[in-house]
Amino acid sequence: MRPVTLDEIESLAIGAWILGTGGGGSPYLALLNMRQLYRQGVVCRLMDASELADDDLVAVVSNMGAPLVGQERLTDPKTMALAVTMMEEYLGRKFRAVMSLEIGGGNSIQPFMAAAMLDLPVIDGDCMGRAFPEAQMTSFAIHDLRMYPLTLADVRDNAVVVARAASWKWMERISRKACVEVGSIASTCKAPRTGREIKDCAILGSTTKAIGIGRAVQAARRAHRDPIDAVLEVEAGIKIFSGKIHDIARRTTEGFLRGTATIEGLDGFRGHDFRLAFQNEFAVGWLDGEPRVMTPDLICVLDTVSGDAIGTETLRYGQRVTVIALPAPPILLTPKGIEHVGPRAFGYDLDFRSVFA
Amino acid sequence: MRRRIGIDVGGTNTDAVLIEEGFVKAWVKKPTTADVTTGITRALAALVEQAPAARDAQAAMIGTTHFTNAVVQRRDLGRVAAVRIGLPSGASLPPFVDWPEDLAALVRGLVVMLEGGHEFDGRPLVPFDAKGMRAAARRIRDAGIRSVAIAAVFSPLNAACEEEAAAVLRDACPDVAVTLSHRLGRIGLLERENAALLNACLIELARTTTRAFSQALRASGIAAPLYLTQNDGTVMLAEVAEAYPVYSFASGPTNSMRGAAFLSKRDEALVIDVGGTTTDIGSLRHGFPREANNVVEIGGVRTLFRMPDLLSLGLGGGTIVSTAPSLRIGPASVGYRLTAQALVFGGDVLTVTDVAVAAGLMDLGDRKRVASLPAALVEEALARVRAMIEEGVDRMKTDAGETPLIAVGGGSFLVPARLAGVSEVVNVPHQAVANAVGAAIAQVSGEVDQIFQDLSRDEAIARARQLATDKAVAAGADRATINVVEVEDLPLAYLPGNSLRTRVRVVGEIAR
Repeated sequence: MRPVTLDEIESLAIGAWILGTGGGGSPYLALLNMRQLYRQGVVCRLMDASELADDDLVAVVSNMGAPLVGQERLTDPKTMALAVTMMEEYLGRKFRAVMSLEIGGGNSIQPFMAAAMLDLPVIDGDCMGRAFPEAQMTSFAIHDLRMYPLTLADVRDNAVVVARAASWKWMERISRKACVEVGSIASTCKAPRTGREIKDCAILGSTTKAIGIGRAVQAARRAHRDPIDAVLEVEAGIKIFSGKIHDIARRTTEGFLRGTATIEGLDGFRGHDFRLAFQNEFAVGWLDGEPRVMTPDLICVLDTVSGDAIGTETLRYGQRVTVIALPAPPILLTPKGIEHVGPRAFGYDLDFRSVFA
Repeated sequence: MRRRIGIDVGGTNTDAVLIEEGFVKAWVKKPTTADVTTGITRALAALVEQAPAARDAQAAMIGTTHFTNAVVQRRDLGRVAAVRIGLPSGASLPPFVDWPEDLAALVRGLVVMLEGGHEFDGRPLVPFDAKGMRAAARRIRDAGIRSVAIAAVFSPLNAACEEEAAAVLRDACPDVAVTLSHRLGRIGLLERENAALLNACLIELARTTTRAFSQALRASGIAAPLYLTQNDGTVMLAEVAEAYPVYSFASGPTNSMRGAAFLSKRDEALVIDVGGTTTDIGSLRHGFPREANNVVEIGGVRTLFRMPDLLSLGLGGGTIVSTAPSLRIGPASVGYRLTAQALVFGGDVLTVTDVAVAAGLMDLGDRKRVASLPAALVEEALARVRAMIEEGVDRMKTDAGETPLIAVGGGSFLVPARLAGVSEVVNVPHQAVANAVGAAIAQVSGEVDQIFQDLSRDEAIARARQLATDKAVAAGADRATINVVEVEDLPLAYLPGNSLRTRVRVVGEIAR
């Protein structure tokens, strides 16, 4: 266990936005909350999963809802903490630590907000290693862990406990419905996990990894080096394509933001084109019509100059972008993992082939 | 006879033009003065001397960066009371939360947070705390604060809470200036609230400045109504505009792009504006600058203003050319000291202007003073300038085809006649005062950015167009001349009922 500095949380925000692979929502507002809390004297602690006893309980937290609503109904550490204490009351047991559901995007910082209010440590890890849109797209679901109970807190005095669900899909449907009803934004505490489950089934070390990516970007910017090269170096990633966004089409279906972006090659990629399909996150990329990179490999779109991550909602005609791939956590690459988060889970009839294979 | 006066108050020069039936009849360039209005008065006097008909102009438009500069330089800012309506949500992130501390310390008077606001679908979040608002109004009055910014959750969708709060204020302290966030901004509470707070702290300055502008106009014998130009290349009547100083933040570069479109009679082109210190490259679509969609920081404050999407390069007539250890162009510039420091003016600094004179691209100062520059150096420096411009142009292009490039600004002689990726470089008369021309030809706009539910895409866009048109007419546009210049729609993830965020912008001619 070690204290986390505010500088590290600043780095986390940058790294997590890159690991968000286009989704997960911007970490900016969560970061602002942490700046406020640190100004008030809070210091969060980061805990290695190995320090957990097998029967310790860990709260897995996330903000759920539409990122756009989150820009008006600003995220709040009290509500996040409320979801956790509700779960403790429901279980009649105390949590030993909190952990992030997804390290990609704003949810990377939510556990720190809860931890600050509850004086609990944050586990270095998550259960996606990136961002994904749905509840069954986690390492816990891939390991067939229990998906209930779940608590959901609204900033008003509304709270929901989903006591049981028949499957991960049912849990997603029921909790999504409740979330929409309270205004499409809510703080949630997912099914509690034992120390054993965390050690066996979580994606460990992802918080440290995100901090490291953010640090690499910041250091590169200070030294006037290419921040994208820095990310590729620190994460052993691959540069997939670089160019200018040429066309963008979006639509929502079944609660997803789906669409495609076409990128026209520049520099070393001149004369080639790249098509990116997204479903909240970037899912598949085709180089000159041939599949080149696909989920669960992390597909990140970065501003070619600044290295800032670009979300699927902020992609825009004319932007100069670089597409990179980062390796996915091994659990997502198992046959079971591919079933949950491979291209077919998103409706693309493609056999998964990693760019890192 | 249709006559208009356009004035651009820049950092170095105040330009004024008279446009008559679509032609530039007269133009002047005078130094900007510290008080701004003296410079304007001098420019207008010179304009009237050149073209006495200027006195009969039907409209006068001023573009100024005065308000942006006030924020950047932290001067002439008023203390503001911030009223946020949206509790219990957002309690941990109060108004001013992401402001630079030095600026917040100057502007933050009172901060009040109240229950109220709406959901994305228009339902109330919680009932509005009208009693709390009445108490807040008394505190504001007792504290002697003269300007208030009000921001409510989802006010762009339902402004009822902001309007009700304003009514309470008008009741309790009728002479307080009120800025409502939904009049200024889009979805994104903090950024919209920041815009309202910036507006509120500038409102006193805007009022005195605008009135001084009007006086300068009258003192010059011009009876025409005064308009102020805005970031999007359109204008507002000065009486209206003085309540919205933030709308003029980026009007300078916008005016020069609009002027370029007018002078070249082209609506789809890239524009390069070469000044003394920097070069701005932008893209014209339907005759208007393409807007940036991202967060824009003003003096360190995050906002979501309508700003032109510009690429700024450290290249201008005053840019310093260094030769040791190797040839480098800028980014430092001698700026307004060009006429003292450049070689051709008897100084000892090698600038891009000197290189251009040596190469015979233009005639300025004493040409003999650069006769000894090695030809290889001149050639190499111009090749670098060309490479910088070509790269910048390429970055701003939105398609692979060749695009025309309109060159404006005092340094437009630096733009080579042939460039990679450019179909033609368009040089136009009066290109040095394109910004004042852009001010003179400005139209009136209206914009809507809202979430529509359970409407087809076409219905949502039609509805948004109607609302935007109504706004434009309210701002002084002639309904018969309204044109849609921008339509953008974005389906929203995780919202039910086919939610579609739709943004529509329309423009029209000034109603007579």
